[in-house]
Amino acid sequence: MPTAYTPGLRVTADVTLRKERRLPLAGEVLVKDGDRVAADTIVARANIPGLVHPIKVSEVFDVHATEIGKFVVRQVGDAVQAGDVIASQKAMFGLFKTEVKAPVDGTVDNIDTTAGYVGIREYPKPIEVNAYVAGHIVETIPQEGVIVETRGAFIQGIFGVGGEQLGELKVPVARHDAILEPGQLELTMAGDIVVCGATATPALLKRAAEVGLAGVIVGAIEDEALRELVGYNIGVAITGQEDVPFSLICTEGFGSLPIADRTFELFQHLQGKLTSINGATQIRAGVIRPEIIVPDLQALASGAGPAAEEVVQQELVPGARVRVIREPYFGRLATVTELPSELQVIDTGARVRVARVAVNGEVVTVPRANLEIIQE
Amino acid sequence: MADISRIVATDCGSTTTKAILIDRVNGSYRLVARGEAPTTVEAPFDDVTVGVINSVAELEELTHSSLRTDSRVAVPRNDKGGADLYVSTSSAGGGLQMLCSGVVKAMTAESAQRAALGAGAIVIDVLSVDDGRADFEKITRIRSIRPDMILMSGGTDGGTVNHLLDMAVLLRSADPHPRLGRGYRLPVIYAGNRDARDKVLAILKDTVDVRFVDNLRPVLERENLGPAREAIHDLFLEHVMAQAPGYDKLSGWVSAEIMPTPMAVGEMVQLAARELKTTVLAVDIGGATTDIFSTFADTFNRTVSANLGLSYSVSNVLAEAGVENIARWLPMPISDGEIRNRLRNKMIRPTTIPQTMEDLLIEQAVAREALRLAFAHHKSLAVGLKGIQTQRTIADVFAQTATGQTLVNMMDLGLIIGSGGVLSHAPARWQAALMMMDAFQPEGVTHLAVDSIFMMPHLGVLSRVNPEAAHEVFVKDCLISLGTCVAPVGEGKPGQPALKFVLSGPGIPSVSEELKVGDLRRLDLPVGTTAELVLHPARGMDVGAGRGHTVHAKAEGGVVGLIFDCRGRPLALPLDPDTRRRALQLWLDAMRTEKGEAERVHL
Repeated sequence: MPTAYTPGLRVTADVTLRKERRLPLAGEVLVKDGDRVAADTIVARANIPGLVHPIKVSEVFDVHATEIGKFVVRQVGDAVQAGDVIASQKAMFGLFKTEVKAPVDGTVDNIDTTAGYVGIREYPKPIEVNAYVAGHIVETIPQEGVIVETRGAFIQGIFGVGGEQLGELKVPVARHDAILEPGQLELTMAGDIVVCGATATPALLKRAAEVGLAGVIVGAIEDEALRELVGYNIGVAITGQEDVPFSLICTEGFGSLPIADRTFELFQHLQGKLTSINGATQIRAGVIRPEIIVPDLQALASGAGPAAEEVVQQELVPGARVRVIREPYFGRLATVTELPSELQVIDTGARVRVARVAVNGEVVTVPRANLEIIQE
Repeated sequence: MADISRIVATDCGSTTTKAILIDRVNGSYRLVARGEAPTTVEAPFDDVTVGVINSVAELEELTHSSLRTDSRVAVPRNDKGGADLYVSTSSAGGGLQMLCSGVVKAMTAESAQRAALGAGAIVIDVLSVDDGRADFEKITRIRSIRPDMILMSGGTDGGTVNHLLDMAVLLRSADPHPRLGRGYRLPVIYAGNRDARDKVLAILKDTVDVRFVDNLRPVLERENLGPAREAIHDLFLEHVMAQAPGYDKLSGWVSAEIMPTPMAVGEMVQLAARELKTTVLAVDIGGATTDIFSTFADTFNRTVSANLGLSYSVSNVLAEAGVENIARWLPMPISDGEIRNRLRNKMIRPTTIPQTMEDLLIEQAVAREALRLAFAHHKSLAVGLKGIQTQRTIADVFAQTATGQTLVNMMDLGLIIGSGGVLSHAPARWQAALMMMDAFQPEGVTHLAVDSIFMMPHLGVLSRVNPEAAHEVFVKDCLISLGTCVAPVGEGKPGQPALKFVLSGPGIPSVSEELKVGDLRRLDLPVGTTAELVLHPARGMDVGAGRGHTVHAKAEGGVVGLIFDCRGRPLALPLDPDTRRRALQLWLDAMRTEKGEAERVHL
């Protein structure tokens, strides 16, 4: 039987991580193996070729495609500015002139006598990739990028929006189930990544944008508040490219859910440290979850080796700590007491594999598919 | 072909690889076992055959037999075990993703889209000269998507070539790159005006890999989709499959070429329509996409609604349908915010299952909307050819018929086949029947069935090499007959007469009843039973012979039975929320099979 439960999200105080930092196309790598890098160190750079604007010159002059060479006044490779004449035709003994002008700044990319076009290519746009996390380079991929190794805390969220951000971690809430008031976000928090409690109201998100936070971390978010933040209904769970003022990461789900105890305690412990976050989420094959990485700068500076191997609990066994991830016990923490091997009929009438779990001293039956193992 | 008595078939899905074992038992092919394992196209495995072997190992465990030697499926059979035939389909790695282009949106571009969909592709965009986008927008779009291949069409043979050259220039300007693999040029299948071939090649030869096939619209009045579909299939094997990890190995194991999963389902749907001599509508509703297949007017059509599904794409159903359209199917009050949050939580934890009735009802409400939207999409693409000249009679003038109308005619439909978890694995079969009735709104007399364990892909690829085995297993083990739905077309006030029926047949006690508008009535009619029906629709109601005209029909039995759906067509739910919830509850109660499906009670 395939495993019928969700392996938990990782929440760990000390782990060695590697991050691949690749350019979207061939370019130049600016660092070398062994280099120490800060999160904002530029590690690779490339130029994205500009867009080509095809102009149908044969149509403008009403000539056959093969004849456009007679009228084009520039060569392939010539630099042009928007408004420069690239082809012209005189008529009526030179009294009238028809001209074709470059629509953008760029270079002449091609003169096509098959279809009658001249293509103007915009100038390339530079693109840079930073290290994202503090650490050191363990591998360079020629013309493509690098692999950065870091050591520190690593927390996976369940859903997020917005891309990579860097900032200082702040935890202004005292409890994992508290909800931050907008007024508690102060202007001094500009550029910070702030743990805001069990949920974020639209008013809080508005205040976060006014203050200029780099990131917001919450247990959950009401779908309505998310829609107000991104400006539309997110259809497919592939995020990270939204035009949002800060990145948002939910550790538990949608609605209002306390941040898991252990996760919250770790945030409190990491308060004040430089933190890298990425809200990008992809829930498909090749799943990507949002992440919070807090490099241990002391361990990195002292040249301490990699963190001890983490033992990842993969099996659902009696005694395992789990979180229920669907109604009617959604969000509750529990301990597995029994794993009946026979299929059981649940309230819906479906026959499924179940687990018996203790929730606050009460033993209840839950489909195994609705359990997430807590990594301890 | 040598004597074939043991067949292994696998379907490598994006998350799960499903294996089935078919044996010839007493001269007929039957399903023996089904196994599954996670698909292994990603790290740390990076080899699809690992998942294949794991799923086949489960077949071995279940049947206490040996199907492998040297860590591969053993074909042909030897002393130690194995199978006589091994076939496979695949949609791993996101399936086949294509970009289509044509000259006119409603003509060649639409034909290109139909060709690609019929070959099992997900069409990520359709470009045409008249699609309303500026050139730079099209170029930006082509650059931003990374298709597996492009199907380029346009023009009739002998017609103008200029627009095709324009499209070729756009493609060259965009310089598109394939999604998988960095070492090869993007394949472009050219199926347009043959007179433009040389010039198109001159423009594109340095940018992409151009292959020529016959024009898919050689004249306006005719589509010729076969050559383009064959070329898509060949390139799928040559490029897309070759780039997917482990497929070269898997290709060496199979007895017939690996087929894209949706293409295999399409083969099976067409085979079913031929063998059962009826019009078939089949749906596969998955976590990410919903595929619909049909054979209306003897024309095969397939559509993919790429972002309508019940787990990964559930939020997109919410976005497209609107929360109010989901809530309208719920017999209990619940706030819009609560529905939205629950669906979002399903999206981020897609493998969870409903544990409460309330959650199940929400999931089935979303399924109704996903099916409804996907069917609307299907209707818009399963159309007659547009732009052709038709000779019109005076009757046509009065009927105001136009070219390009949908081929979907629900009154002509003989069989609906549902598959996908929410339909195949609904806790009660009547729930699957009701979901399909609500979403598709069959008219007249329609047989309903579900694919028991989603093995249509396996049987589709098998049908290419052993159609007899594919057909036998399809009829005996794949299809679970739910029963027959009788639905008069027409609207009326609740309580007005809708239909009188007389039911009879060998061994079936005669039943005669009068039903009113708003009624939903279910009668037991066991699997394998065929009953005679005489249907007398009320004035203004039509069951196939015109308003108020009597129809004699046959009804196939099933695990749900015979359902008379007098709720009206189109189905209009009461607007008042309390009245609507009461009606929904009454309909749920009417469908419930009291004694369970295991005990099929004869009338």
